[in-house]
Amino acid sequence: MTIDVADRIPAERLDNQHSDIFGQTPSQTVGPFFHYGLPWKGGADLVGRSDMGARAELFGEEHYVLNLSAPTGTPLGKVIEVAGRVIDGNGDPVPDAMIELWQANAAGRYRSADDRREAVPVDPHFVGFGRASTDNGGVWRFRTIRPGRVPGPDGAWQAPHLALSVFGRGLIKRLATRLYFADGEGNDTDPVLAAVPVARRGTLIAEARVGGWWLDIVLQGPGETVFFDL
Amino acid sequence: MSAVIPYAREDAGAPPSLVADYRSTVPRSPREPLVRIPATLTETTGPTGCWDRLMGPAMADLTTQHRAPPLGQRIIVTGRVLDERGLPVPDTVMEIWQANAAGRYVHVKDQWDAPLDPNFTGAGRVVTDGEGRYRFVTVRPGAYPWGNHRNAWRPAHIHLSLLGPAFATRLVTQLYFPDDPLIEIDPIANAVPMPYRQRLVSRFDMSVTEPNRALGYRFDVVLKGREQTPFEEDAHDH
Ligand SMILES: [Fe+3]
Repeated sequence: MTIDVADRIPAERLDNQHSDIFGQTPSQTVGPFFHYGLPWKGGADLVGRSDMGARAELFGEEHYVLNLSAPTGTPLGKVIEVAGRVIDGNGDPVPDAMIELWQANAAGRYRSADDRREAVPVDPHFVGFGRASTDNGGVWRFRTIRPGRVPGPDGAWQAPHLALSVFGRGLIKRLATRLYFADGEGNDTDPVLAAVPVARRGTLIAEARVGGWWLDIVLQGPGETVFFDL
Repeated sequence: MSAVIPYAREDAGAPPSLVADYRSTVPRSPREPLVRIPATLTETTGPTGCWDRLMGPAMADLTTQHRAPPLGQRIIVTGRVLDERGLPVPDTVMEIWQANAAGRYVHVKDQWDAPLDPNFTGAGRVVTDGEGRYRFVTVRPGAYPWGNHRNAWRPAHIHLSLLGPAFATRLVTQLYFPDDPLIEIDPIANAVPMPYRQRLVSRFDMSVTEPNRALGYRFDVVLKGREQTPFEEDAHDH
C-alpha cells in the first residue's frame, strides 16, 4: 500500500504531544530579557495612571507593543505604596527580577470567578493584579489599595496580605510568597503565618517607612524569605 | 461559603530550583525548604476577564507589528491550554516573547553580534478560547550564545507565560523545537529530568502548516489541576 505523497507526515517523536508523558508542563526561567514582553506600563500602579512597573529604557520605543492600562475610576480603600529590594545569596541586589502581585480589594473580595462570595462586593475600579520590574538597585514598587481581610480555612480569618510571585534570571521556578503589614489586624492568628516557623515569620512582614511599606525579598542566605510550596 | 479546593502540587517533571550547571541558580535559589501552607482563596483565585483592561488587546500575529514583514521562517504555533486531567482552560491569558530569526532580542542588554530586525519585536499575547485553544503567528527564533560557560548556546526557544485560573497555577516556561541538538546539552532545559524534558519540545505538525505561507508547530500547555472535583453545592449561585 502506498501513501499519497501529499499525505505523508513525519514519524512520531516523544514530545509535547505524546500521551505517554502527558502531565504538568515544567517551569523554565524568564531569563534576563523579559522586559518588553511582560511588565506593561502601569502594571505596578493598581490605582492610578502612571507608567510604574515597566522599564521602557531597556528596549526601543518602537518595540513597546504592550498597552498602558486602560483608564479606570478610583478604587475604594486606602491607597498605599509597597516596595522593597530583591537580594541574592551574596547580598547583592537583583536588577533583573520581576514581582507579580495578586490581592483582594478593600472589602476583601478577589476579582475572580472562583471567589463566589456575593455578599462581599467586587470593586469595578480594582483588579488586584500587577507586575513590577526591579530597577538597577533591585527595587520593586507598587501603588495599590490596602486589602481587606479574606477568610481562611475552618472559619478563620486571614490578616491583610498581598500574594507575590518572584521571577528572574536564575529562577527556574517562580517563588511564591506573601507580604503582610506590621500593623495588620489578625497577624497573630493568620493561618498561613501560623504555618511558618516563628523565627522566619518576620521575613513576610513589611515595615512602615516614610512613603509606604517596605519588604526586602531575600532569595538565599541569612534572613532568607519564606517561599511557599503551592 | 464554598469550601476551598486546593490545586495539585508539582508532579515528577518539575525541575529543582538549584541546578549547578545553570550558574545563576547558585546565588539565587533558596536554601531553606519551601513551606507548605493551607490552600486559601488567595491561592485558588486569579484575575478573570480583565486582560484587555490590564494589558491591551490581543496580539496574535508577531509578523505584522511593524512596517514590513520580519526576516526569517514564518511559523504558526498553536495548541491548547489544559489542566492535568486534560480539561481545557478557557479564557486565560498566554503571553510570549522571543528572539528574532538571528537569535537576537530587542533588549538593550542583549549585545551579541547578530542583527536586529527593525520589523520584529517578538512579544505577543492572546486569550484562550472556550476550548482552551490559542494560536500565534511568528518567526522561528534563532539559537543564541550566553555567558553561562565557554561556547554556551541556548537552543531556539519561545518564552511562554500563563496565569491559568489561580495564583497556584501560574506558569512561565519555554517551548523548544523538535530535533534541535542544543536541547540535550542546555543547562536550562536539562533542569527538567527525562523523559519529562520532552514535554517542552513542540511537535512539527503538517496539519498546522499552511501551504505557501508558514510551517506549523503544536504545543499544549498543561497547568496544575484541582485535587478533586468541586461539589455542586453552589448551584444556587448560577
Ligand atoms: Fe531566551
